[in-house]
Amino acid sequence: MKIAVIDYGMGNIHSVSKAVEVCGGRVVVTGSREQIESCSKIILPGVGAFDDAVCELERLGLVDFIKEQAEKKPLLGICLGMQLLFESSQEARSGKGLGIFKGKVVKFSSRYGEKIPHMGWNNLSDISEGCPLTRGIKEGEQVYFCHSYYAEPAENDIAAASCVYGVKFACAFSRGNVYGVQFHPEKSQSVGLKIFRNFVESC
Amino acid sequence: MLSKRIIPCLDIKDGRVVKGVKFLGLRDAGDPVSAAEAYDAQGADELVFLDITASVEKRKTLVALVEKIARNIFMPFTVGGGIGEIEDIRNILNAGAEKVSLNTQAVKFPELISSASKRFGSQCIVVAMDVKKQGDFWEVFVNGGRTPTGIDALVWAEKAARLGAGEILLTSMDNDGTKNGYDIELTRLVCEKVRIPVIASGGAGKLEDFYNVFSDSGADAALAASLFHYGKFSIKQVKEYLNKRGVAVRL
Repeated sequence: MKIAVIDYGMGNIHSVSKAVEVCGGRVVVTGSREQIESCSKIILPGVGAFDDAVCELERLGLVDFIKEQAEKKPLLGICLGMQLLFESSQEARSGKGLGIFKGKVVKFSSRYGEKIPHMGWNNLSDISEGCPLTRGIKEGEQVYFCHSYYAEPAENDIAAASCVYGVKFACAFSRGNVYGVQFHPEKSQSVGLKIFRNFVESC
Repeated sequence: MLSKRIIPCLDIKDGRVVKGVKFLGLRDAGDPVSAAEAYDAQGADELVFLDITASVEKRKTLVALVEKIARNIFMPFTVGGGIGEIEDIRNILNAGAEKVSLNTQAVKFPELISSASKRFGSQCIVVAMDVKKQGDFWEVFVNGGRTPTGIDALVWAEKAARLGAGEILLTSMDNDGTKNGYDIELTRLVCEKVRIPVIASGGAGKLEDFYNVFSDSGADAALAASLFHYGKFSIKQVKEYLNKRGVAVRL
């Protein structure tokens, strides 16, 4: 199983790749369309700012290409990579997201009194039974978060898990063969590895 | 609910773990990767690696070490020690670190905090502060605690947060290595000043010290080094104790 981890200069490629390998995937770290085309699944990781990420994807000619690929094969967005799957972000000055998921990315409001960023281990809840990505993950299990923005989907039925941090927000998504997680499975020890194993084996 | 984090810290020199007491008298305490694996197995929530190597080869060896650690453990870790260039930050994050910690260079060039957080996001920029009480104020020290700056720690914490720091790693130099407990007052004042997570550091010696810092100061995480390195308590013991006393931890 060849899995493309898209390298567009936006961090955490190494950890994601190692975690996927431990879970039985053969990783191709690449920013080339040809190589992505040759893989059967795609992971879009990402750490950093929304605009910079969109610019880099555009520079590599990957924006429309990823959208096309997502119609044919499983795609998993992680953290900023997940946010990029939505239509827009409050963080962005101009750049638009890929728009594969309907909805926008918003900043945590300080009015709930929680510190921003949301950083650390938090519980998963409302885990979707039908979603292959979260299969075997139990209510209340913890994963590692590190973010200031979260997605507000326009369609509620794409949420596959939630988390509470001042506000309840959806932190895992799936529609068809496209998946996204706000947390970092590559940093979430055994629970995170279970998610990668699900992506490699069942998605 | 967000758990309070327990973070072992590993000081690294020439690729090996060392721990100084009050920043002096370094002692070899092992190989970083096996230490990281051991802490991973004990359920540590995060790790902090502070590289105190001074040699010119440092950058290359540090990135190689980060890669090696990231190959073996799947938990968040922060890397700090002499980091001053955007390029260094990029390399360390790309090699698999979750966050970088800036200290002396951030004091010298505060715009490093804003440019790094704009480029990589606030969530991966930690500002580390080494602080010592001087009469009626807390002074920030740089260069591994050797150089006083005249800067008030509370003013600096607030400024660092405003510039885009995503977290503060607050070390009390007065308490570091004493095992007499965290500096609750300092930690509380910093927590009141900023709305970003604060890691308390310096002075952990007993299980109660962890409880006290979480219940009395508002800290989000507690860091310790020698206590864990020499096996006085395991992370698991600390967490089970905190859980019994009603502190939210990941078990």
